[in-house]
Formats: sequence, structure tokens, C-alpha cells
Amino acid sequence: MRFVDEYRDAGRARALAAQMAELCRPGRAYKFMEVCGGHTHTIYKHGLEDYLPEAVSLIHGPGCPVCVIPMGRLDDAIHIAEQPDVIMTSFGDMMRVPGGRGSFLDAKARGADIRMVYSPLDALKIARQNPRKRVVFMAIGFETTAPSTAMTVLRAETEGIHNFSVFCNHVTIIPAIKAILDSPDLHLDGFIGPGHVSAVIGCRPYEFIAHTYGKPLVVTGFEPLDVLRSVYQILAQLAEGRSQVENQYARVVPWNGNAKALNVISRVMELRPYFEWRGLGSISHSALKMTEKYAAYDAERIFQIPGVRVADPKACQCGEVLKGVLKPWECKVFGTACTPETPIGTCMVSSEGACAAYYNFGRFSRERVKEATRR
Amino acid sequence: MTPEHTTEHTTEHATAPAPGEAPGGEATALWAESAVREAGPRSRPTREDQVLQRIERARRGKARVREDLVTLAHGAGGKATHTLIEAVFLEAFRNPLLEPLGDGAVTGTLALTTDAYVVRPLFFPGGDIGDLAVNGTVNDLAMCGATPRYLSAGFILEEGFPIADLRRITASMAAAARAAGVWIVTGDTKVVENGKADGCYITTAGVGTLDRGATLSAASVTPGDAVIVSGPIGEHGMTIMLARGELDLEAHLTSDTAPLHDLTARLLSACGGPTGGPAGGAVRCLRDATRGGVATVLNELATASQVSIVLDENTIPIRPDVRGACELLGIDPLYVACEGRMIAVVAAGHADAALDALRAHPLGADAAIIGRAGDDPPGLVLLKTSFGGTRIVDLLVGDPLPRIC
Repeated sequence: MRFVDEYRDAGRARALAAQMAELCRPGRAYKFMEVCGGHTHTIYKHGLEDYLPEAVSLIHGPGCPVCVIPMGRLDDAIHIAEQPDVIMTSFGDMMRVPGGRGSFLDAKARGADIRMVYSPLDALKIARQNPRKRVVFMAIGFETTAPSTAMTVLRAETEGIHNFSVFCNHVTIIPAIKAILDSPDLHLDGFIGPGHVSAVIGCRPYEFIAHTYGKPLVVTGFEPLDVLRSVYQILAQLAEGRSQVENQYARVVPWNGNAKALNVISRVMELRPYFEWRGLGSISHSALKMTEKYAAYDAERIFQIPGVRVADPKACQCGEVLKGVLKPWECKVFGTACTPETPIGTCMVSSEGACAAYYNFGRFSRERVKEATRR
Repeated sequence: MTPEHTTEHTTEHATAPAPGEAPGGEATALWAESAVREAGPRSRPTREDQVLQRIERARRGKARVREDLVTLAHGAGGKATHTLIEAVFLEAFRNPLLEPLGDGAVTGTLALTTDAYVVRPLFFPGGDIGDLAVNGTVNDLAMCGATPRYLSAGFILEEGFPIADLRRITASMAAAARAAGVWIVTGDTKVVENGKADGCYITTAGVGTLDRGATLSAASVTPGDAVIVSGPIGEHGMTIMLARGELDLEAHLTSDTAPLHDLTARLLSACGGPTGGPAGGAVRCLRDATRGGVATVLNELATASQVSIVLDENTIPIRPDVRGACELLGIDPLYVACEGRMIAVVAAGHADAALDALRAHPLGADAAIIGRAGDDPPGLVLLKTSFGGTRIVDLLVGDPLPRIC
């Protein structure tokens, strides 16, 4: 497949693996965080860890937008969905995420009209087709998806569609990374920077990570060679004693971001004073809400939402796992209160989360798996 | 988003070894052994070992449905479906014929199966609910090693459903039945009120005869066996997803729905037992890769036989347009339903003969050996990726859903 296969060449991966091994200082262990869930997926899907030097381990970061939605927000969304004449719409991955009162799938089974859409425009289409219903779009995602939500609101305004609103849960990546960096027990040596988010915000917002915190960050594409190349670049920076923001994904990410997309976001949304993240707690200025001007499209203003804050159980140590301080099995609730069927923290929600992966396959060491495929 | 069928009780789509006897007993022993080995010289298990042991106990425990209501996940063919089948249906109906949870039940020289069809849209490129309902049941019988003979057909129709559409469906059922050499010999019709069904649901049951004496079992896969797929994967599922018109994505895909009984007959004749045993003696197991796709079937086999299955991604046949659509939507084709493809596990020495037999038939022209069974780690399906890495291919928790980022 063109534009794909050239980034999946095993020969080039082997060459990179050898170069990476040379850059590792003997006796030193390296921990890098891939911030974005898309990278986690690439790493998992292609079995990319097999190419990494043994000294390098990757920590899965907070960048899975469905996983970071706290239980309370989901309960609010379900509350909205259960109001008369409401059609709730959301992306497919949101359907299974558990809140305090079950998931969207459970609410749907109880009779709520909850529909899966592939874009906010699909939700607007449903609003157009059902003028007597109140159609709500459960907006989630980082700066990647916020522009399309904002565009949809602007289109609803232009078309004069008044039975459409957005339950805005868009989050911003920089405060989350900063929260992790500010943790006193941080054990990270560098960052594999988000790709799609950076296509919107550009590379400049990460510069404080390199300058203030002294950690290399490489903005990275989503093909397996992109990720390997990025790990190589981080190792090279560390070997040379540098800490910079580099753009490995220049074929998509402009250094200064996408001004048009940022402009659309700022026309419709503004920063919230604080927002609760599953596993990470409350982070200031880490999410977006609808501006006063677009109050008519803001589900939070239209519906009386309970706004219940379901605190993550105290015992949940997702934050520590995310920061690479704890291994999944070291968390107090791992495997007892928190399992893939009844996840508490973000690391257990997604099947690619660190805890879910460890729950399912921790008993098979990587060596044993590799041995099995060699025979 | 299940391309078709909901949960059915006869038997299909279940993984776990028969509850009652501790499932995976041997696996656990092997696991414990390796845990001790990996723990090194320490005689007491580490805290990590203890945590892992607790998880293992939970896995082995009885399947339990936690939900109070049925959700769509229960019909998706993944873990939730398995739990529902074991905890509700198997628990209520338990008997020796049901317990193996195969594609159909086999007793003496008879094979019996049933299936329900709820596909939306009813008509799609390459087929419709009618030929799907015939082929699906024909295939379930073929996977038992049986020759399909007779089918029943039950129709649940929604008030207001166009008679012309019903004629179109029955015409395609009739054509499919002719092609498969079966008669539809009995049936039932119910009409429900407007809004109570999606136009038309069909259930079919089928009876077949076992003429070859082959014994096929999900539990008979042996280390060294070859894993063969009869053709390119994922076409039916992706066709249905695109035919729903919700994706603004166009591709010229057609469903692979087809009857496989002829293909299985040829395969079984070509693979005699090692010492002149019954025809098909070298074929361990046949499974059609319907809901949940190839990955789900292989997980079921690996668990039932307590073997590992190692796949080579480079050898898995998949059409470029299916691969492209999956790539765009972030869907793993290994989990996408096929309606005219099967997995055959064959003793190593007969793999080439099996492949030749399959490739000689138009429906098996692109058959390929995609992997082998091994002894460790038991119950696990692994994939050597074309990128050169390794990953575990697990059962899905729910539906394969497009990723948003």
C-alpha cells in the first residue's frame, strides 16, 4: 500500500535497531513516554518493542482521550442521554468506557437513545433529520478533534439548527504533560511527542519541556518506522547531552501548527479553570468549554447536569503508573478492584493501557513469547 | 456493530474449555512451572507472582455475567459473548453434545446446527440476508465434517415489510440452497408490529450426515500442525460496514458469502489418516471464520487444545482494498467477519496436500498456510508482524470499533 508500506520496512527497522543499541550507555536504563494513545497502538500492533534495545522501556502516557474522561463526566453524559427526547451521540470507543453508573452501552440497554457516530457532522445530520429531538454530541479528544467539533457548531449556527448541542469534554495535552513533569518522583528521560495534536498546535508549545525540564521531545508520526526513528532521535539527544524539541513528523506537522484550526477552536471554546482527569486528578487549564457566545449549543448550560464528581478511588494509583513510578502490579487495586471487566483507572480502560495489557499477558514474559515465535 | 447474527445457543463461538472440569488445568501447571523458573533462585513467590496467581485464579473461575441487562457487547462475539453463553446458556442446557461448543452438535452420523441472521442492510454487495442464512448454516454443518442435507427457515417479519423484498430474499435463499445441494424442508413465519424488528430476521437450522468418519474437534490441535485459511480474510465484515453508508467511504468490496461444503469435502478426501485411517484423518479441525474473524476462531482453538498458535502476518491473504479500508478505520482485519472462509488445522505432513486440494477449488484458490501450532505458551495466539515484531492476538472485549485517533 503506497504511503504506508515505506514506513513499515523491516530491513530499515533492523538497521535502526542496531544504531539505537550503539547509542545506549552501558548500564543505563532509559524510560520514554509515548504521550499519545495512537503511538501506543502502533507499538502494540507492529510488535515494535522487539526492536528496542533492552535498556529502553516505553511508558504509555495519558494520551488516550476516551480513557482520561473521569467517571463523573460520563455519569453526567448518561444523565443527559436519559432526558426526554434526547439523542446522545458519541464516537465508538466511548461506548464501553465505564462511569459510576455503567457505560453508554449499559445506558443504551436501559433504553437511552445513544448512537455511535464517526464525526460531529454525523451528529449534526441526525439533528437535521430529527427536528423534534434534542441531539447532543459527546465531544472528546485533544486538540486533534476539537477543531471538527468547533466547525460543526459554526455550521449549526450558519444553518440555524437549534436542536443540536455539544457536551464538551475536549482536553489539552500540554497541562497533562506538565502535571506529569511536575511530579516529584518522575522517572522519565524523554518524550515521544504527539503527532496529530501537534499538527494543530505545532511544536513550539513543547519547548518548555526541553528548556525548563531538560527532557528531549520528538514529535512523531504513527507508522512503526516513525516511532523507532523518534526513539533513535531521543537517544541521540541524550548521548550528545542535548534536550530539544525535534519534529520527526514534518511531513504532517508544521512547526507553527495550524493557525486556521486554532482560530476555529478559539472562536467557539475557551479554557476551563480546571478539569478532572481519570487517574491524574484535577489539572488546571487542561480542558475546553463552550464560550458564552455559543451557550445555545452548550449541553452543559442547556441541561441541568448533576455535575457529580466521582472521585477516583483513593487506592487507584494510575497516576504513578502513568508516570512510570509504579509497575501495574504494584498498584494497590490492580487485579482486585480494578480489572479489565471493571476498570477503575485509565490504564485499565483501554485494552492497550499498561494495566490492561499486563493483566491479560503479564504472565507471559516477553522472552517466552519471542522464544515461541522463533521455533 | 455486529455484521450479523446475535448470540445463538446451539453452540457456536465459544472459547473456554468445558466448565466443570477446571479449564486450563494443564496450562496453569505449565504457567506455575515457568513462574517458578522465571522467579529464579528465590523459593518464595515474589509479590508480582502472587498478583499474577490471583489473576490466574480469577480467569479460571466460573464465567459470571456482571451486567443486569443485555448489551450489544453480548452479541459481538468477543469475551462478553463467551461469558453469556457459558454462564447462561450452557449453565441452563448443559449436556454432552452442547458442551464442546462447536459449530454444530454431532451425534452418531448426524450433525445439527442453528443460526440467526439479523444483518443490516438486508441487501449488500455480493449477497443478502437470504443467501447468508443458507450459506451460514450450510457452513456450520460443513465445519462438522458433515454433508449438509436439510434446512429449516424461520422468518420474523416487521409489519410494513415489502413483499417484493421478501420475494427477493426467498429467491436468493432458493438459489443458495440449490447451489449447496440442500432442501429447505420446513419453516415458520411470525409478523411483529412496526418498529419491533429491523424489517426481516431469519433463523435457519440444518441437518447434515457424517459420511466420512472424520472426527474433528477444537481440542485436537497438536503442536506442529499447520493452520490454513481458505482465502482472503475480512471481506464480508468490511463490505457490510461500508454498505451501511455511515462512513462516507467508498470501495468496491463484495461479501465473500459462499457455501463451503464442497471445499471441506475435497479437503477431507485429500487428507487421509497416516495409516490409511478414515478420510480426513489428518484434518484436526475446521472452523468458519464468521463473527469475531480469524483471531477469535484461533483463540478458541488455542484454548481448547492448550497449544500456542503462531501466525505469520506476511502470509495472511487479504485483498488490498480490504486492507486499505481496515487501515483507514483502524480496524484489525484479523477480527473482521468472513462468511465464506474457513480455518483448517491439518497435521504437518499433510499441509501441502491440504493446500493443493483447497487451491484446486475456486473458493480456495488463494488458500494459504498462515501459521503453526506450538506447545508454548498454551492457549495463546501470537502474530509475527510483517514489520518484524511479535504481538499477542487476544479475544476482543467488545465490537471492533473504529478508533478516533
